[in-house]
Amino acid sequence: MSSAETNRVPFDPAVPFKVAFLAVVAVFVLVPLLATVLGGFKSLGELRVNPFGLPSHWEWQNYADILFSGRYWQLLRNSLIISTLTVTLTLITASMAAFTFAHVKFFGSSMLLSYLTLGLLFPAATAVLPLFIKVRDLGLLDTYFGVALPQVAFSLAMSVLLLRRFFKDIPYELLEAALVDGCSYIKFFRYVTLPLSRPILATVGTITFVNSWNAYLLPLVMLNTDALYPWPLGIMVYQGEYSSEWHLILAFITLTILPTIILFLLAQKHIVAGLTAGAVKG
Amino acid sequence: MAMTSPISVAGKAAPQALRGPSWDGRFTVLILFLPPALLLFTLFVVLPIGEAAWYSGFNWNGFGRPSNWIGFDNYRFVLETRAFWLALRNNGLIIVVSLAIQLPLALTLALMLAERFRGAVALRMLFFMPYILAEIATGLIFSFVYDGDYGLVASIWRTFGAEPPHLLASTDTAMLAVLIVIVWKYFGFHMMLFIAALQSLDKSLVEAARIDGATRAQALRHVVIPLLYPTIRLSVFFAIVGSLQLFDLVMPLTRGGPADSSNTMVSFLYNNGISRMRVGYGSAIGVILFVICVTFAFTYKRWFMRDE
Repeated sequence: MSSAETNRVPFDPAVPFKVAFLAVVAVFVLVPLLATVLGGFKSLGELRVNPFGLPSHWEWQNYADILFSGRYWQLLRNSLIISTLTVTLTLITASMAAFTFAHVKFFGSSMLLSYLTLGLLFPAATAVLPLFIKVRDLGLLDTYFGVALPQVAFSLAMSVLLLRRFFKDIPYELLEAALVDGCSYIKFFRYVTLPLSRPILATVGTITFVNSWNAYLLPLVMLNTDALYPWPLGIMVYQGEYSSEWHLILAFITLTILPTIILFLLAQKHIVAGLTAGAVKG
Repeated sequence: MAMTSPISVAGKAAPQALRGPSWDGRFTVLILFLPPALLLFTLFVVLPIGEAAWYSGFNWNGFGRPSNWIGFDNYRFVLETRAFWLALRNNGLIIVVSLAIQLPLALTLALMLAERFRGAVALRMLFFMPYILAEIATGLIFSFVYDGDYGLVASIWRTFGAEPPHLLASTDTAMLAVLIVIVWKYFGFHMMLFIAALQSLDKSLVEAARIDGATRAQALRHVVIPLLYPTIRLSVFFAIVGSLQLFDLVMPLTRGGPADSSNTMVSFLYNNGISRMRVGYGSAIGVILFVICVTFAFTYKRWFMRDE
């Protein structure tokens, strides 16, 4: 299909330049990534003399040692717990709030919505010191919730906006008809709104998950115990311990970005949708 | 504010009795559905920002209650620190590079990749990939790239027979090295924004211009780019707000060093406020950052994004 389209285009002298330009950018993006993955298969000695090429001898041991160490899996497990908590709580609280803002008229509705929306503008770093003290006073320091709850709070503004816009498109007549038939708002929310909103829930969920999965500052401030570290903290510690053994560090980096890349390939539709949907409103 | 109940809107036929329960239903939703979000948001976003302003008036290490009120001294201390101005300058540099290099690059690529041809989708995904990677992973990857002994840059230097530099360890080059990573990581995000905008463009306008005799370049210059202005303005907004808050990328690369030469405002805040628990001082930095971000956001919205 697309090849038929390109075939019809007459020769364009700009094309070779385009191809060259795209190739340069592709090399710029790819080389660091490939060097990282391949570097994990090299010995330290080879890394020094041959950082670009394929390994002359594939050192599977670098990867195997990490995969069998338990440390790697603990980091992934911690990340998974924190991100799942964050996504679950964000989806529940944001969808309930968004439903109210979309379908229930009440005094102060638009004021409260703008109050939440202001969250889009606030730099998280400003709040981080007082957050640390608050989380400490709540006894949540060094717990998964101590990281997840602030993350939920910071993801609410965007999530509520995206969900509300989608909920508003569910025909109001549907809600009216349901109410006349004796259905409650809550049942309508549970049995009509949520099932109809799977695409946007998936988008908001994916974006929240990626943000939480990659987050560094909040876990850094809230967690002191290595055993609770999510992978971005764990990999920094690992890098500190093995400071110049780059072959091991590269293997570790590769294994930690692997889940991210798999997730991206599985959910790219939702990620890009969230990006552009969020972009419309800013 | 209109307070019409949905039932009365539904028509006169609706039985009077239903009006009561329907309002009750709304009330239940209000007291059940709103509080969790509002509470979390207030407790963990709004209050801490207010508290940052309050704490910034104290000389306090975070233990006990703040008691040593020193007024605006923390702000004076921050503004008297040379490293703070360096950090501010670095944030400025990041903004300049984002606007002058990253966005034009993203726009050019978007114009090329919005067309359908073999490999276009694969290239889009490839260019978007760095954006998905965590900042920490990106930073570590590039600290390998820049490593003076094992890195890619070093080996290029060696092939020319020169002694490899330690880019991240020199005050002259550390920030430049960070800036390159920033372009690597974020250009794909802006490219995707532009591609999405291009794909929802009304193509008949471009065709009309072409039929009227405009060259490809003219159509681009006078039709496509103006139609992209809303997205460009948005992209500029994201780039600046993101630049002001950059942190995660700096930590694995340089931690803000050497000698504070690659600090951003947030890494400066972290290194001074959080690492050493100087709560008052750190909060003052946070409040300054807050004022800069919010002032920028409101001014920008007012001046450039009025129509959106």
